[in-house]
Amino acid sequence: MKSTKVLVPSGVLGLGFDLKALNTGIKNKPDIIAIDGGSTDSGPFSLGSGTSKYSRDAVRSEWKSLMKARNKAKIPLIIGSCGTCGTDSMVDWMEEITIELAKELNQNLKIAKLYCEQKRDYIKVNYKNSRITSLNPAPDLNVSLIDEMTHIVALAGAEQIQECLKTGADIILAGRTTDTAIISALPLMNGSDPGASWHGAKIAECGALCSSNPTSGVVLVEFDQIGFTVEAMSENAFCTPDTVAAHMLYENADPYILLEPGGYMDVTNAFYSSINNRKVRVQGANWHTSKKYNVKLEGARVYGYQTSLLVILRENFYVKNAMQWTEKLSSFLKKEIKLRMKLNASDYSLDFRHIGINSTLGDLEKSERIPVEVGVLCIVTSKRNKISTEIAKLINPFLLHFPLTTNEELPTFAFPYSPVHSDRGCVYEFSLNHLLELNNPMDAFQIKVSEV
Amino acid sequence: MSILGEKVKKIRSKNAGPFWITIDIFCGSEEVYNNVCLNLNNSKIANLLMINIKDLKRFEIDKLNVIKFSFPRNITQGHIFDRDMHGAQLAILLSEMDF
Repeated sequence: MKSTKVLVPSGVLGLGFDLKALNTGIKNKPDIIAIDGGSTDSGPFSLGSGTSKYSRDAVRSEWKSLMKARNKAKIPLIIGSCGTCGTDSMVDWMEEITIELAKELNQNLKIAKLYCEQKRDYIKVNYKNSRITSLNPAPDLNVSLIDEMTHIVALAGAEQIQECLKTGADIILAGRTTDTAIISALPLMNGSDPGASWHGAKIAECGALCSSNPTSGVVLVEFDQIGFTVEAMSENAFCTPDTVAAHMLYENADPYILLEPGGYMDVTNAFYSSINNRKVRVQGANWHTSKKYNVKLEGARVYGYQTSLLVILRENFYVKNAMQWTEKLSSFLKKEIKLRMKLNASDYSLDFRHIGINSTLGDLEKSERIPVEVGVLCIVTSKRNKISTEIAKLINPFLLHFPLTTNEELPTFAFPYSPVHSDRGCVYEFSLNHLLELNNPMDAFQIKVSEV
Repeated sequence: MSILGEKVKKIRSKNAGPFWITIDIFCGSEEVYNNVCLNLNNSKIANLLMINIKDLKRFEIDKLNVIKFSFPRNITQGHIFDRDMHGAQLAILLSEMDF
């Protein structure tokens, strides 16, 4: 059996990669180019709004390099989790970019699109039929909460990607997929060892993050019936048993187990050895097929509408007493908001963060060094649009002038810009950490093929 | 008394999906690893992070001289009261702890 070589240009489209290393990768005659396009790592906004975290121009310019490389090598090019969140609209967005570039580069292409977005009614029926189970920890779930979700996606695994590969498409634009499935699908289909296929996919999912030089991006993974070999493509990047094994820990709560649709991978018995200073051989991971075929669900719903304000305290007295100042200011503001806007405390939230004191760690902060200045970030969130802006405007003069003591001259603090309030619009929250059981892997997914 | 960050090679923390955080302590040598395994107990970590000790998972990975802690987030990633979207600053807290 022939081995299967997968070229991974970087951890995500939009982050950049070394073009020379990509070229070296193509010279190594890969069978497929696979890149991830998404993550939940930047928070719920992308999924909630169905938009990309990265700029269209950044995505377009990198996709152009990959389309050129694909055309040279005449192999399939696949992207998973299009537009960060992998909603249907983001698959179409990626197709639009691909069609523009196909015209520009004068390429004739067969495109397969994998749609992973779920209709709320479909999820409700499955919920009622107990086909949805909670992972730990899971947010509360009921029918009305499902109705509030703006987007729900199911994470595709190797089976759905393989269906796309079988169409013979030059380019596959997949909605939400697991980071690993876009890499493991082809080696699995070609008969490589299942444990090695998933393990190699996990190691390469962030590109050169498994090497000594993460920003170089490009890695090549060669899969066979026993194990896999991983090599960084940049001249300045090296893969060692330690850099490779360490990646198994990355963003993974359990360093030995990786859950995937249809089963799990266990690397307890895996061993890593150096072939030369750039290449690592790995064997020994095991794949366990589960009885049920489950896919993971991700969903986001509107939490509210947000406006923020930032004021900076520079005077030593206020810097030293910043916490006390905001405590006093906060209770004063709550009274004013009730009096003037007729709003109860449960209608909105007022959150103060002290930049310079404990804004990143909150109550966990141990250090008590006195800073030069303190930025007080005031975050207003309410359930109704425009209310947050009105609260922020009510707060504005007090944030600027509120005195800590009764007998002092009215202080004036620093507003860094005008207007001092910034409307942040709609904010979302992740509202699913659940599994959906399927009879057939394609039940919750759709493939559309087109030619340009 | 010195701090943990001065003893070990590297400490990193990161989301493992929106509902979990994972912390990797790369000890750098077997000697340091054995010392950290022995003296860094779970209750110390749970107190530092203000989490329930029952929720704390601990992995000692001999091959890599790494100790890994994973636990569910007290506040889901991106919730309005979340202060660190990627959970990466918790590593600093561990790094600065007395050891």
